Amino acid sequence: MTGLTHALRGANPGARLRGALRGDKAVVGGLLVLALLALAALVRGGDAWRAMDLTALHEGPSMRHWFGTTGTGRDVLALTMRGLRSSLLLGLAAGLAATAVAALVGAFAGLVGGPMDRLLMAGTDLLLVLPGVLLVAVIAPQGASRGHVVFLLALLLWPLTARAVRAQTRSLRAREFVLAASYLGASRARIVLRHILPNLAGLLAADAALNVGMAILGESGLSFLGFGVAPPDVSLGTLIAEGAPVATVQPWLFLPPALVLVALTAAVNLVGNGLHRALEDR
Amino acid sequence: MLFPLVRRAGVALALAAAAASLGYLLAALSLEPRARLEGRQPQPPQAAVEAELDALNLNDRTPLHERYLTWASGAVRGDFGRTLQGASVSAELPGRLATSVVLLLPGTVLGALAGVALGAWAALARVPGRVFTAVSHVLLATPVFVIAIALQLAGERLNGVTGLPLVRWVGDGGDGLLSRLQHLVLPTLTVALAYVALFGRYQQALMRDAAESEHVRAARARGLGLYRAYFGHGLRTALVPTTTYFAYSLGFLLVGAAYVETAFGRQGMGAWLLDSLRASDPHPVAACTAVAALAVPAASLAAAVLHRLLDPMASRQREGVL
Repeated sequence: MTGLTHALRGANPGARLRGALRGDKAVVGGLLVLALLALAALVRGGDAWRAMDLTALHEGPSMRHWFGTTGTGRDVLALTMRGLRSSLLLGLAAGLAATAVAALVGAFAGLVGGPMDRLLMAGTDLLLVLPGVLLVAVIAPQGASRGHVVFLLALLLWPLTARAVRAQTRSLRAREFVLAASYLGASRARIVLRHILPNLAGLLAADAALNVGMAILGESGLSFLGFGVAPPDVSLGTLIAEGAPVATVQPWLFLPPALVLVALTAAVNLVGNGLHRALEDR
Repeated sequence: MLFPLVRRAGVALALAAAAASLGYLLAALSLEPRARLEGRQPQPPQAAVEAELDALNLNDRTPLHERYLTWASGAVRGDFGRTLQGASVSAELPGRLATSVVLLLPGTVLGALAGVALGAWAALARVPGRVFTAVSHVLLATPVFVIAIALQLAGERLNGVTGLPLVRWVGDGGDGLLSRLQHLVLPTLTVALAYVALFGRYQQALMRDAAESEHVRAARARGLGLYRAYFGHGLRTALVPTTTYFAYSLGFLLVGAAYVETAFGRQGMGAWLLDSLRASDPHPVAACTAVAALAVPAASLAAAVLHRLLDPMASRQREGVL
């Protein structure tokens, strides 16, 4: 009976989550800021950053160039918008990929248990200790492309979510609806995909949002150290890295990308934290 | 009481050895010092390059497992091989480690203490609590290198307003004690701000739970004052998870080193790792990984010991594997 009611109740996890989120000002605010930033990246993130205005080199903010220009006459506003677009896309791709891998691996490890489970968890421990920049050097010795950066960030991020999914799966696997499915002859893949993961949709959504936030921060960190996206491409991290050494004399090179990065990450985290809160209150 | 800790230390050591070995293998496989040596001008004769690579145990024509065994037999005795220039890695390691620890440890301790205090206070006070939540949220969304540069901008302003060079951040300050301290203010503040947000958030959540717990309510019912009940009884139990968290954050100290050292131009472990990666120099990279690999399990072990000391219930519970 409890299994049946659970299955019925779990049929529409989205509606329950929406109910819990309604009236959460932090989440609404976060979504609003995110929508604004995404719109700005979409509208202004085109190829305008390539243009060089040779009549304005190293100039501070003015009416023509709101955020000033770089030493080669590039518009800092256009560069920031381009960086925002690539950071947002890279962060989304890496965060979602990490969550997807974590969901599958965590659910399988939790369902199967035994030595396989222990091996997977020991592997995540090892991954936690290795420095990220060393892994970049291994994956992309000739400089990282966007695909490399996404792959690396996903590799670094998935263990934490995988642990949470594994713990939840272990509590779900003895439930009636999972037992019923396995007695009916459903394969493990079917049990994971149709019965376990839909029940963890809330957790996955919340973790996905937080993973996107961490991926954006991680990408900017790698780029700051010079191991992120390779030079002709720009991201918020590479712009910050270029602005940092001259921040005290030309603050307009550093401040716009830094502030946009903080706003973006804060907004994503607001949404992620709100989703987690909604789950706990339920 | 002691046996689980011994077993735990064994598991931690095995994990550290595995991580250090993996670090060496990855570095040896992906970094190619041969090209560096062959590309010098004037180009050295092939035999000289081979001899040099052999002497450094970096010759990619020697099978990987042989190079690994040579390296590992040295590493267990504390000899991490030589750099491409032929200098001893183990001789340079202590100085690098000291630079990183001086740069990062004061900020970590300060930030953790301030975070615990502010978080515990913010959990009980309504309006300051909201302000603290908002500030820590912004700080958590700010990468540590952005905090560092923003503080440099603020330091410039401060020096301009007071007309004195109060804080300085170019170089490490040379020999004078005062000058060294002036150069340490901003890095310490950078690390402290990052950790205040992290520990404050954590302690705030723990303290909220503790404030509603039965033993605090019982203390209040027995007539204890508000603050004595919350801080004397509530904070003590709420501190147990925080010590674990702190021990782990010490273990991961070196992970953040690269950012702080790059932002302030210091030559510690993080900068060494980055420079060696850029120079395709495997042995310093492997040494940095080994130190990090030792620090994390050591911290987890320290956390287990601390947990036992603080929480008498812990020793009665059955132990997990790690």
